[in-house]
Amino acid sequence: MTSQILNNHSADHHHDHDAEATAKVAFGFWIYIMSDCILFSCFFASYAVLHTNVFGGAGPKELFDLNYVMVETFLLLTSSFTYGLAMLATHKNNKGQVLVWLFITFLLGLGFIGMEINEFHHLIIEGNGPSRSAFLSSFFGLVGLHGLHVTCGLIWMALLMFQVSTRGLTAMVNRKLACLSLFWHFLDIIWIFVFTVVYLMGVM
Amino acid sequence: MNKIKNFIIAIAAFVGSSLLTGCKDLVLIHSKGMIGKDERDLIFTAVALMLLVVIPVIILTLVFAYKYRASNPNAKYDPGFTHSTKIEVVVWGVPIIIIGILAVIVWKTTHALDPYKPIEIEGVKPLNVQVVALDWKWLFIYPEQHVATVNYLQLPVGVPVDFTVTADAPMNSFIIPQLGGQIYAMAGMKTHLSLLADEEGVYDGRGYVINGNGFNGMHFKAHVTSQSGFDSWVQEVKSSPNSLTTDAYKQLIKPTEYVQPQFYASVSDNLFEDIVMKYMMPGMDDMQGMDTK
Amino acid sequence: MIDFLGKLTWDAIPIHEPPAIIAGAMMVGGFVFLVALVTYFKKWGYLWKEWFTSVDHKRIGLMYIIIAIVMLLRGFADAALMRTQQAISVGSNYGFLPPDHYNQIFTAHGVIMIFFVAMPLVVGLMNLVVPLQIGARDVAFPYLNSLSFWLFMVGMVLMMLSLVVGSFATTGWVNYAPLSEKVYSPGVGVDYYIWALQISGIGTTISGINFFVTIIKMRCPGMTLMKMPVFTWTALCSNILIIISFPMMTAALALLTLDRYLGFHFFTDTAGGNPMLYVNLIWAWGHPEVYILVLPAFGVFSEVTSTFSRKPLFGYATMVYATVSITVLSFIVWVHHFFTMGAGANVNAFFGIMTTIIAIPTGVKIFNWLFTMFRGRIWFTAPMYFTIGFIITFSIGGMTGVLLAVPGADFILHNSLFVVAHFHNVIIGGVVFALMAGLSFWCPKALGFKMNEGFGKASFWFWLVGFYVAFIPLYVLSFMGATRRISHYDASTGWHPLFVIAFVGMLLIAVGIACQVLQILVSIIKAKENQDYTGDPWDGRTLEWATSSPPPFYNFARIPTVETLEPHWDAKHNAKPIFDESKPYEDIHMPRNTGVGAIIGLFAFTLSFGLIWYIWWLVIASGLAIFACVVARSLDHDIDYYVPAEEVERIEHELMLRRNKA
Repeated sequence: MTSQILNNHSADHHHDHDAEATAKVAFGFWIYIMSDCILFSCFFASYAVLHTNVFGGAGPKELFDLNYVMVETFLLLTSSFTYGLAMLATHKNNKGQVLVWLFITFLLGLGFIGMEINEFHHLIIEGNGPSRSAFLSSFFGLVGLHGLHVTCGLIWMALLMFQVSTRGLTAMVNRKLACLSLFWHFLDIIWIFVFTVVYLMGVM
Repeated sequence: MNKIKNFIIAIAAFVGSSLLTGCKDLVLIHSKGMIGKDERDLIFTAVALMLLVVIPVIILTLVFAYKYRASNPNAKYDPGFTHSTKIEVVVWGVPIIIIGILAVIVWKTTHALDPYKPIEIEGVKPLNVQVVALDWKWLFIYPEQHVATVNYLQLPVGVPVDFTVTADAPMNSFIIPQLGGQIYAMAGMKTHLSLLADEEGVYDGRGYVINGNGFNGMHFKAHVTSQSGFDSWVQEVKSSPNSLTTDAYKQLIKPTEYVQPQFYASVSDNLFEDIVMKYMMPGMDDMQGMDTK
Repeated sequence: MIDFLGKLTWDAIPIHEPPAIIAGAMMVGGFVFLVALVTYFKKWGYLWKEWFTSVDHKRIGLMYIIIAIVMLLRGFADAALMRTQQAISVGSNYGFLPPDHYNQIFTAHGVIMIFFVAMPLVVGLMNLVVPLQIGARDVAFPYLNSLSFWLFMVGMVLMMLSLVVGSFATTGWVNYAPLSEKVYSPGVGVDYYIWALQISGIGTTISGINFFVTIIKMRCPGMTLMKMPVFTWTALCSNILIIISFPMMTAALALLTLDRYLGFHFFTDTAGGNPMLYVNLIWAWGHPEVYILVLPAFGVFSEVTSTFSRKPLFGYATMVYATVSITVLSFIVWVHHFFTMGAGANVNAFFGIMTTIIAIPTGVKIFNWLFTMFRGRIWFTAPMYFTIGFIITFSIGGMTGVLLAVPGADFILHNSLFVVAHFHNVIIGGVVFALMAGLSFWCPKALGFKMNEGFGKASFWFWLVGFYVAFIPLYVLSFMGATRRISHYDASTGWHPLFVIAFVGMLLIAVGIACQVLQILVSIIKAKENQDYTGDPWDGRTLEWATSSPPPFYNFARIPTVETLEPHWDAKHNAKPIFDESKPYEDIHMPRNTGVGAIIGLFAFTLSFGLIWYIWWLVIASGLAIFACVVARSLDHDIDYYVPAEEVERIEHELMLRRNKA
């Protein structure tokens, strides 16, 4: 059947198809986000069950530095804002601006991940690694899962910057930018929960 | 309502008696424990209730399938018959009523048969037995009598027994089917099971959850005797040469299979609590020899 | 060298275990034979171009089903070994399977039957039928559909590989912690389990999203939700369950992975870990999982009953509401798998009552099938046999299920053979019968010929009788205090005769399976005689019967427009056309085939193999390779094409000639 393929599809065909594909992809991505949300909720549930099991070791009060985490939070929230600006630029079809805002978002996200790795590193060298107690296991599990998502988001963002610069703002690239936007804001919301449940409530 | 109740009891009695006269090995039917009997009766009642729907369904299936076969020219063919409010009300209503009755039964019996609920009999002090699931045998500690056994359980008849259950191995489940009830044995946790044996005899007890290669051999006999028989058994055990010191326990928890009954004349104090605690605090495991695993 | 291959050494090959090595040799032999056959006939190119890289939902569906049938044989072989062991291993006879091997077998049996037989049959049928039923040309994300299939294949290959390289888990099909923790299960068995399920589970999640979007977004004009065929409705609900529940399994396995690989303490006994957390998470997935399987089974029976009774389904709306309420309820019942945990009477009573409530919509469904037959004109084909067998068997299984949901009864039945008898009662009587019925029912659509009826009916009788002979003894045994998963018992228990009867039941089921294999072979050999040229061999009612058999790759030359619940029936008998034939054919937009799914699958396999055997260079290399594939795919913008109208016209013309010739 492949031999009979012809590529002379007309422009309005293409347009119809793009609109339909955008609707499907956006909807599908929303559903994926929902299922990812459930993955996170399981990690949250584990944290809720295990966070008091410090096994004679240090608990949240001793381990968390709220000021440090506030800076992390600030970086991530700002990055969501700058991604929003990038999306506004795509609507204006301004490729240069899109790239600039994506790059700023990328740096902010990188800063967040850098700070998180630094925090983990300190905990581990001080003997408070994930195998110290179930509390720390669930802490590293939950925060680490979020960090892993952010890292994936950053890699995706780098790839999209490449695509925007080489291909321009085509329908397909715009679709991907919109999906990453959803993903990025979703991670932001998850972080607000992590910040509240793990850090704020832990230190309070 | 009363009619339904009588009807159910009649069916339950019929099913029950026909099974009762059956094989003696049906230990759940021939229950010898107060809890076990209630649980058995609950099974009969629930089955009888559900048969009220299941039997008509099976009969209707066969009748409809036979009657409306394509080769039967006498059967009415009415392809327009796709909705009937009357039928819909019945098919929703009947299951709702039955499940409604069952829900009430579930609520009541779940509370009545809760394994944690102590069995109270006037003038009789319950017997405490501590149960530890090990690889691959059961350890029973009698804290008041200060004796312990492995894969052997002795109980006085007519006395409520409060089992406190934990594990020093992968999770298991403690059950003596003929007396009823079942509760998980989990490391670092204490669970409870209250039982009462109505009749003297020897009953099989088992671990019901797969816990490794020695699982097949994780069974024991529960000997139910009179109170005086129990007391003299305790004295007998007290004269046995072994005692369950911390060191002996370290030896005991090494994995072994198909372990013959063992008897310990004395038990180190707080052994059970230590076994539970060793999973709760760092450092405790050294004392009890977690390293042997 | 040792570091280079991680933990993998020659000791991993179980040459010292005769049963394992025989099974392994048979499997390897079969595989080599297959490879030789394909090579001899020079079919690798054809397979790669037309099947492995295919994004056509019908072909992917068929591949799922073929794999499922192969795995059914493996899963059944495990069952046969267990039944044999239990029938002989009494008293001083310890049988031929040592506990370690026996435990692997019951674990593998459960995992295979659920994940690699029932799931692919359900997903395969959904692939085959759903797009056709809703008048669509493909699923929403054809490439992801292919990827899902290949990820599923990774799991299947790992399962088979565990037979010959290393060993499988000995922990039971839900792999309870702490037994599955590193302290108690230090070998590779649990790691095989984890990665086989994790990788194929991710595939299933993607499938779930894919089909959910397909059903919501791609229904043909006029098909409102309440005009969807019942099978599509059940598929929709099943996919909702997948989307919500599979991430929980992913989470449970991920946490267990962290425990085993990095020394975390989620489910360990010590350091504050909580094994009961695992038990909760796995059943929060595990219970909906049963409904993921059984809802589409209900859908199949609805289609079959209505078609062969020549009546629309009785109480369509009720059926939909019942399906939806089961979907919702299935999430708030999981605790009934461990009433004996000591959660307290209120919790147990709540979950017990919730579980019994599920019996209401399920009962309603059964009545609806009954009243569909009522005043119908029943055509007794093999699928209809299975349906009637199902209604009776499933009613009994439902009853024993409610019994297990009553905490007071569960305290003595839990973990006994009653549980085993119950879930086989509903899974064989429900899911297996449905899938057999479904395969016979839709075979003419998928392959263009009808299945052999004689062998189909013979298979039904052997399955039905075999089921009762094999599993009624297990119900009785549970009343004798027999626990599940034992491989040896004392003669004094009196269990032996019943295990022997169960063994005979297994033999009967074996004959039933043999009949099925013969049925498939005979049907293929006699395909010409049973050819279906009309596209509608059963006088069908829904859209899938409105196109030719097998359908062209684009399914429908013109997208149908529907007004009623049974558009194809109404088009045939009530003059309500669904295709606007006055309009000329249009160009059809189709996705291009792609090998990326298969290649990612290959590297996902090497990735998980590396993880299982601690071969870290392989893990890193495979991870990078997968990443490269994903990037390459994301940069590839040439993923679809248009079939020109003239080409569509030519194909349709050919199909019409063929139809007229017959």
